[in-house]
Amino acid sequence: MKLSMGIHKQFGAFQLDADFDLEGNRIGLFGPSGSGKSTLMGVLAGLHRPDQGVILLDGETIFDSRNGMNLAVPHRRIGMVFQRPHLFPHMSVKRNLLYGYRRCPQQNRTIKLDSLISVLQLGQLLNRGVGNLSGGERQRVAIGRAVLSNPRLLIMDEPLSGLDDNLKYQIIPFLKNACEVFGIPYLFISHSLIETRIMTEKVLTLDRGQITGLMTVEELARIHMGDHAANYINLLKLRRPHRIHGLPVYKWGDQQLLISAGDDQPEALFELSSSEIILCKRHPEAISARNLLNCRVSDVFETGGRLGVELECGREHLIAEIVRQSAEDLGIKKGIKIYAAIKATAFRRLG
Amino acid sequence: MLSFTPADYSAILLSVKVATTATVLSLPFGFAVAYLMTFHKFRGRIVLDGIVNLPLTLPPVVVGYLLLLLLGRHGWIGRTILQPLGLELIFTWKAAVIATAVVGFPLMVRSMRIGMEMIDRGLIQASRTLGAGWLDTVITVILPLSLRGIIAGSVLMFARGLGEFGATIIVAGNIPGVTQTIPLAIYEYVSSPGGDFMAIALCSVSITISVAVLIFHEWIGRRTGRVV
Repeated sequence: MKLSMGIHKQFGAFQLDADFDLEGNRIGLFGPSGSGKSTLMGVLAGLHRPDQGVILLDGETIFDSRNGMNLAVPHRRIGMVFQRPHLFPHMSVKRNLLYGYRRCPQQNRTIKLDSLISVLQLGQLLNRGVGNLSGGERQRVAIGRAVLSNPRLLIMDEPLSGLDDNLKYQIIPFLKNACEVFGIPYLFISHSLIETRIMTEKVLTLDRGQITGLMTVEELARIHMGDHAANYINLLKLRRPHRIHGLPVYKWGDQQLLISAGDDQPEALFELSSSEIILCKRHPEAISARNLLNCRVSDVFETGGRLGVELECGREHLIAEIVRQSAEDLGIKKGIKIYAAIKATAFRRLG
Repeated sequence: MLSFTPADYSAILLSVKVATTATVLSLPFGFAVAYLMTFHKFRGRIVLDGIVNLPLTLPPVVVGYLLLLLLGRHGWIGRTILQPLGLELIFTWKAAVIATAVVGFPLMVRSMRIGMEMIDRGLIQASRTLGAGWLDTVITVILPLSLRGIIAGSVLMFARGLGEFGATIIVAGNIPGVTQTIPLAIYEYVSSPGGDFMAIALCSVSITISVAVLIFHEWIGRRTGRVV
């Protein structure tokens, strides 16, 4: 997906200015509440008309104030998943799902109902009324409905913000999976760093109606390391646990991790704060932390008065955080070998 | 023993006919006006709002007289549109329909607007981004979701139409068997000596129809309430 926007819109005292070019299939739009994210996406989808500017999507002009070009919303083929599911209350789940599909030109109908049902596991819900669905089920149907309209781009406007944490991490795999399986490029809007990191590769940042940057999701995470209470959050997607002395153990790179919060599920996502990692120069003979990893320092960077240390363990990476004094004591610099100690209880399960 | 004259029967039938016709004819216009006022900002919106709601505050006699001036032989519409087409509305049951429609229209539009304002705007945005054009959205989302308001508005207008007196008597007159509706017949019985009994009889007919309409409204409201 290639998107190029140069628009200006005034809403009373609020001013939205966006001028950017981007290319990619998993793009994030990150910014605090009220920064204009939803408005910007509304402009892209055609729900709001900019005062002036140009919008190009995959080389096609969909808006140009100079010649009055303004492609109507239905013809833009930009699907949207909103904060709330917005399911049509007078239709069954199946009719909701097919609403966009039936309005999609025949030649664009590549995603079919049957394959969508299996990816999003909607089989049980089809003939129900939307009033009989749980919050998570509703959002799954809303995602399905947008995907089935076979859009060329899917905008997800904080689709997880209405859900509790537990449900959130149950929905994320469905979101990712549906877009990956069907090859739909998406723009994911969020003010949550974790959600953005899980869902996207590249991120556009927005603040007070102005675009403030375009960066990789890793850069975004490092920039926000200093202003986050839990510092940098390492995200670990781990598979196929086995048990040692009753504790779940996951393979991670060429090493293994003992995690109290683990269970016997084949796949799980964990977060680990950078401040929970203790670095040791030499192998401590006895230590209460159940995980001792043999790593190499691959990067050292500044973050809000402290130092971020990127650890390379086989093909995997972790970010630890230490104060400057510790770095001097340990002689931390790029390339040295070091041990990282992590308690089994330091990992928090997501979902 | 109660015995209605043929003129009484025709008054009852005419009342129902006039109220039904006025309601059915107003439905598409009422829906269009309610839709415009709810979902669109445009110049002249306040003026339109004022014109639509004016009959609600004006005495019906005034509305009737204005219609007479407008639709009569020398009136603007009468002279330029009706006469060339060979149409004569004044003092026919069609004039009663127009009077009823104008007087009841604001009630219909108000109920419809209440119904439409309750529709979540997100549903409309969702339908647009799913590929529906505006007419498609109106038919598949706004119409079914404002159905309760449409029904309520229609019932209200029908009930108001049954009782229409002031505007009707001026544009349609009070001709038994031709333009005399229940209220006009009651008026005539009341103003003639010994007509009280028949006036009360017609009142009961009027009450029966109104109660039937209210029960129908309640029933259909519950049915649609289950869906929406």
